[in-house]
Amino acid sequence: MAEQYAIEMLNITKRFPGIVANDNITLQLRKGEIHALLGENGAGKSTLMSVLFGLYQPEEGVIKKDGVEVQIKDPNDANALGIGMVHQHFKLVECFSVLDNIILGVEPTNHGFLQKDIARKKVLALSEKYGLKVEPDAKIEDITVGMQQRTEILKMLYRDNEILIFDEPTAVLTPQEITELMQIMKNLAAEGKSILFISHKLAEIMAVSDRCTVLRKGKCIGTVETAKTNIEELSAMMVGRNVNFHVEKKPMTPGNVVLEIDNMTVASKIHKNNAVKNVSLKVRQGEIVCIAGIDGNGQTEFVHGLAGLDPLVSGKIFLEGKDVSKASIRQKSILGMSHIPEDRHKHGLVLDYTLEDNLVLQTYFTDEFTDKLGFLKRDAIRNYAEKIIEEYDVRSGQGPITIARSMSGGNQQKAIVGREIEKAPELLIAVQPTRGLDVGAIEYIHKQLVAQRDAGKAVLLVSLELDEVLDVSDRILVMYEGEIVGEFDPKKTTQEELGLYMAGAKRMEVKA
Amino acid sequence: MRKNIWKTNGMQSLIASLICIILGLLIGLVVLLFINPKGAFGAIGTLLKNFMIYGKASLRLKYFGTTLVKTVPLLLCALSILFSYKVGLFNIGCSGQYTAGCCAALYAALKWGWGWFPCILFAIMAGAVAGAIVGVLKSYCNVNEVISGIMLNWIILYLTNTILSNVKEPTSPYTYQLSQYGKNALLPTLGLDKLFNNNANVTMAVPISILIAIVIMVVLNKTKFGYELKATGYNKNAAKYCGMKENRNIILSLVISGAIAGLGAALYYQTGIQQWECTTASVPGMGFNGIAATFLGGLNPIGTILASYFIQHITLGGAYVDKTMYCSQISDLISAIIIYLCGFVLFLKIMMNKAIDRIEEKKALKNEVSKEGSAK
Repeated sequence: MAEQYAIEMLNITKRFPGIVANDNITLQLRKGEIHALLGENGAGKSTLMSVLFGLYQPEEGVIKKDGVEVQIKDPNDANALGIGMVHQHFKLVECFSVLDNIILGVEPTNHGFLQKDIARKKVLALSEKYGLKVEPDAKIEDITVGMQQRTEILKMLYRDNEILIFDEPTAVLTPQEITELMQIMKNLAAEGKSILFISHKLAEIMAVSDRCTVLRKGKCIGTVETAKTNIEELSAMMVGRNVNFHVEKKPMTPGNVVLEIDNMTVASKIHKNNAVKNVSLKVRQGEIVCIAGIDGNGQTEFVHGLAGLDPLVSGKIFLEGKDVSKASIRQKSILGMSHIPEDRHKHGLVLDYTLEDNLVLQTYFTDEFTDKLGFLKRDAIRNYAEKIIEEYDVRSGQGPITIARSMSGGNQQKAIVGREIEKAPELLIAVQPTRGLDVGAIEYIHKQLVAQRDAGKAVLLVSLELDEVLDVSDRILVMYEGEIVGEFDPKKTTQEELGLYMAGAKRMEVKA
Repeated sequence: MRKNIWKTNGMQSLIASLICIILGLLIGLVVLLFINPKGAFGAIGTLLKNFMIYGKASLRLKYFGTTLVKTVPLLLCALSILFSYKVGLFNIGCSGQYTAGCCAALYAALKWGWGWFPCILFAIMAGAVAGAIVGVLKSYCNVNEVISGIMLNWIILYLTNTILSNVKEPTSPYTYQLSQYGKNALLPTLGLDKLFNNNANVTMAVPISILIAIVIMVVLNKTKFGYELKATGYNKNAAKYCGMKENRNIILSLVISGAIAGLGAALYYQTGIQQWECTTASVPGMGFNGIAATFLGGLNPIGTILASYFIQHITLGGAYVDKTMYCSQISDLISAIIIYLCGFVLFLKIMMNKAIDRIEEKKALKNEVSKEGSAK
């Protein structure tokens, strides 16, 4: 063979009922290269990696390591072949130390007694060699996300893995930490490790990878040398058409204050401290205010406190001048608060209900849908559902009677967006409304948010995606450890500047 | 595309239930063969025949009536479990609520000489209160309803034994006969007894229980209340998110669930068919068999009617099994095996769905391959 590949997946086909998740995909990873795997959600990246890890068996195709065909029946086989993975959501034991986590499962022992000193030496040597700074004795729950990720990388290195898979590793990092990670990946590759880098962020792929394989709808679109391509070409390959990433908007014309939050504090469910501390802010008619921040800095609790899902420790909320601090969720909803929740499966939908039943989840009790005897007006519900399905282009197998569970993520989200906007709210709270969606659906939902703003509604957007934050919002508030630490005009700031505030390196006084 | 009839929920439930029944019978047969091979087939036959073993049509009719009367409490217990199950709760306290209903109905009838209607209401209330205790503990103290339900079952059982000892026959552990001491509480027969060869135990209870099943189906499927309850059951978080009062719904569903179980007890004991034994040392099996009937009925109120009848049918049929060949517990054992297998309905449904998916996938593949026109 002319070229040595660390791992080869040749002509992999994996079918699920009704869908071909991987259709004849070939992926060849050279020794010592950083190979990016690019594709939208649902393109088949996860399935392909699951095949590599032995979680799924492909119907067709072979996997070769160093040119020799291998059978990977379960994750143990994958480990034995030196394949390691840093998952998007880390698999760490929170109350264990970094060292304990690294050696977990492969502890060096002598007659059943742990030999931590040996392990510590090896970990420190690895950490030195690749520039992976960690504190071996710190507990996972006390260290930063970046260090947790380095712990995960050390876990793979400690097991002498040769093939390292990074699954969307930058999603939880600040821009500064991302730069650091890129350097680490380059160091690893230089030391002869082969890296598979899964992402849908084009700039990062351009910056770090040697080659890039693009998947779309389960098919392999092609493998290109990163040096010989550009972002436009890659995005066209990923989406299948040219995409306009920029959101068109008119200049804003803010009106009266719709939402006023005064010194709101919300308790955390995980630790003893408060997750949201004395947050004050205002949202006016006709503006999109965005709460930016890294995942886990109190955004979820902030929204839950605001919407009424969790109680407030202290503080007040005013909706159009009315004090709603103690109002129920239903009262707030009737007063004009709409909420596109962060987790559409946990909160947004009753997955075993039909689409039409889901579309009236916020309004089923009104006279429009329930008669005086308490019977549901099925005809009215059907008509209303058909209206939303038409207007918001919600696609599903059987229209209004489709079970929500069987719909695609994008269409589920469109249904929720439609439901919340059709309620004619004064305030629309949208929490990560585009998470896990393909480019087309993202464009659509951004347009809807801007349309609400142009119609004079107040929009509060909570997002982890800096591109989205900078593109859609009129005003950016950065949340760090439950506090607002900065306010920015999206036209006058940069990702780097926001990153410093998101990481807690800088802060400014913000007045509501 | 035509919808695959095998994929409809009702069809699957029906098939899964039938498979469970057949499997249960087969395993029961194997057990019988082990104990005494000679009478095994006869015994299974007897189990399935129940009242049909009588030669005379009039006797058959009479004992068919008895089977129906005994189906009523089982059906209502099954409906009680079904109702709370739709809200995502497992009302294993059903037996206790049933016992509470029995206690209330018999005490009011025998001590105070109440009429049948107030007795029923009193039993419903008693069941509802028992349900409410579990519901309040669940929603305000987050106590698992299974744990509190089971423990409450025993408290209610001994409470009932104590209370009903005041109205028991001096020489036996049984409460007084309703037909002698509590005639007012006997349910009206509406002439139904005549239909079943003067079986005085066949009363309005039979049509009422079926009516309740229909009412429950309508409430669950057609009303705002049912919409809320089911939403809470499917996804508590989503119910909270859209402003439903999940705590109130949890309590309310257990109250209603308890009320149905209490009603079941009233509709059974107020026929006078059975007296309460004040030395009862185990919680009545009604509530537990109700679980089996609920699942065998495919979690559908109408299916539950049929399932309850079937379970009661074989249970009573077991009483006719030849006692010279098998010990007297054999009938309980065989019906227990079948009831146990009934719990596998949901599991079977999942397996069936997987199988159907596989078949469809293969078909789709074949179609793709033979698109050229070489169809068989």
